[in-house]
Amino acid sequence: MAENISKQFGDFTALNNVSITIPKGSIFGLLGPNGAGKTTFIRIINQITMPDLGRVILDGSPLHPDDVRKIGYLPEERGLYKSMKVGEQALYLARLKGLSKAEAKEQLNYWFTKLGMTGWWDKKIQELSKGMAQKVQFVITVLHRPKLLIFDEPFSGFDPVNADIIKNEILKLRDEGATILFSTHRMESVEELCDYMALIHQSNKLLDGKVDDIKRKYKSNTFEVGLTSVDENLLLNELQEKFKIGNANFKSITDDLKVSIQLKPEESANDLLQYLISKAQVNHFVEVIPSVNDIFIKTVTKNA
Amino acid sequence: MRNLKLIIHREYLARVRNKTFVVMTFLSPLILVGMIFLVAYLSSLNTSAVHTIAVNDQSKLFENEFQDSETLRFINLSGIPLEDAKLIVEEKEYSGLLFIPEKDSNVEMAKSVMFYGKESPALGILQEIERVITDKLTTRELISRGVDISKIESAETQVSIQIQNFEGQRTSKMSNYIKMFFGGAAGYLLMMFIIIYGNMVMRSVIEEKTNRIIEIIISSVKPMQLMLGKILGTSLAGLTQFAIWVVLGGILITVAASVSGLNLVSPPPMAQEGMDQMMSGEIQQLIVDVTNLPLGTLLVSFLIYFIGGYFLYSAIYAAIGAAVDSETDTQQFMIPIILPLMLGIYVGFFSVIENPHGSISTIFSMIPLTSPIVMLMRIPFGVPWWELAVSIILLIVTNAGVLWLAAKIYRVGILMYGKKPTYRELYKWLKY
Repeated sequence: MAENISKQFGDFTALNNVSITIPKGSIFGLLGPNGAGKTTFIRIINQITMPDLGRVILDGSPLHPDDVRKIGYLPEERGLYKSMKVGEQALYLARLKGLSKAEAKEQLNYWFTKLGMTGWWDKKIQELSKGMAQKVQFVITVLHRPKLLIFDEPFSGFDPVNADIIKNEILKLRDEGATILFSTHRMESVEELCDYMALIHQSNKLLDGKVDDIKRKYKSNTFEVGLTSVDENLLLNELQEKFKIGNANFKSITDDLKVSIQLKPEESANDLLQYLISKAQVNHFVEVIPSVNDIFIKTVTKNA
Repeated sequence: MRNLKLIIHREYLARVRNKTFVVMTFLSPLILVGMIFLVAYLSSLNTSAVHTIAVNDQSKLFENEFQDSETLRFINLSGIPLEDAKLIVEEKEYSGLLFIPEKDSNVEMAKSVMFYGKESPALGILQEIERVITDKLTTRELISRGVDISKIESAETQVSIQIQNFEGQRTSKMSNYIKMFFGGAAGYLLMMFIIIYGNMVMRSVIEEKTNRIIEIIISSVKPMQLMLGKILGTSLAGLTQFAIWVVLGGILITVAASVSGLNLVSPPPMAQEGMDQMMSGEIQQLIVDVTNLPLGTLLVSFLIYFIGGYFLYSAIYAAIGAAVDSETDTQQFMIPIILPLMLGIYVGFFSVIENPHGSISTIFSMIPLTSPIVMLMRIPFGVPWWELAVSIILLIVTNAGVLWLAAKIYRVGILMYGKKPTYRELYKWLKY
């Protein structure tokens, strides 16, 4: 959807020839350390800033000024008018997105009822707690039923209960057909929610694709095993001769030998298992799948 | 367009509903009228106090010259030594002692008159005394040189020059004062409006920045739209406030005047005397003068310059608001606003009134940053249409340019947090 985006601020290059495709109806995680260019990329999609080079394509056609109506954006730096009433400013912001007054009211009633906010209509933002204000911001973002939802660090500042409510709402919106773009440097949420991801570091895209594919690519054919045998030292020596051995940390109820074994690419898990069974009792056998966090750190440090 | 209307609507309501705004709107006329009455009351107190001045006249020339007036009372202490007179004055707490020594020549006498007092006397009192002495001594000197006083008196004439322009309209000196008043009032009003409501625009921009709502809004509307909406909404709120002030102020003055019995509308006694001295024809002339003012041009150009000037400065105010994080950081950027405004007012009050068509007045009525104020002050004196046209075109062109530049700074500035920008940085933003 975004092709060869470049953006410079004076001498500083914020984005260098970045292309990212976000499949329709998916949750897409945009990862990167602070200052990588995530927010600039998102602002370009929102037409807040214009790219120096490249273009954004939405639903097969280049981005048009009116497309802001199809996009809902929850920025990282977010707030509301402090002295304006909740209902009034939600109506105002929804109408700026092109909704009529009646439509906006109807949607607002729907969401307020759904999230238990019905009594808030006449309250001012300064009377609400931070978490409540964030709920209002979320409602304002989704009020006009956008096809593309963009959340920049959506969970920062949410307490666990509300974060969970919001997370479930985001998943529901995806199921109803919305495409969701997530920008974050919190890996757990990507792990939990995202179908696709891309990693931006120092203005360049380092990798992108399906989260599962990326994980497959980054796995090192390593297995964690827990073994019980008569002579554990003898077994350890034998394993060290035959394989590349590392330490492993996992919880188990039996007091056994815990190791991680890295196989060569041509060796398979079955071979290893057969070998182990012949030597000892296998209590634990798990393939090590790299977490998004591991991939992130690995990629970023490799390119540093 | 739809969004612009929404923004204007919101900005207007946000301003008008603001508590400070409401309080100011209804309290200001009260305070202003109160102040007027306080000043009127105080000055009536002040003038009603009678100053007693003792005169120790050694020359015996001035025995009948000093006439008591409403505020001045003279007591003759002549015939006793100066030191004794001083003691008496001190004891009786008179305002002062005037000492006129005996001298051979009038010129020497004029130089040696002394005034003794605890405090230095009011300027008006001194001038009155000086006038009396000067008159007397001049007359004496003239007589001593053999001049016939009665001839001089009969030769004195009162001059009031009649002015007529080439179209045959008769004007008087008074009409110049009227022109000054109209022009000055219009220019001053514009300056106040710019400062008050320009600041409001700026604060509203800063508010959106500190509330962090700005990014949510500009994901829906163009920054330029938001800026324009803000300026328009605030100016509408300003006009509302002005209208309320005019109505409320009018009512209050009428009510207060009728209650207190003070008649503020009629001119003070001094002016009344002046009016009496004028020929009755001149009063008629005055009315003709007002109606002879280029009222149509005045009104139309007032609207044009008012809108043009306000937009020009509001755009700059908005850009400043976008560039900074808090109101305290705005100081360094205020000079480019305050300086031309002040310059406009000063040029207006000194140069234009002195010489409405001089080169300084003409130049400053062309420069767009000062033209709204200076030209408004010049218009009542009659400005050639081509000068007006050039000035207005320059103003409109500059307006477009400044709005464009301000929009660029605004666009970048509203998304910048935590940096105190410099002029150099602002220049860089223009190129983003």
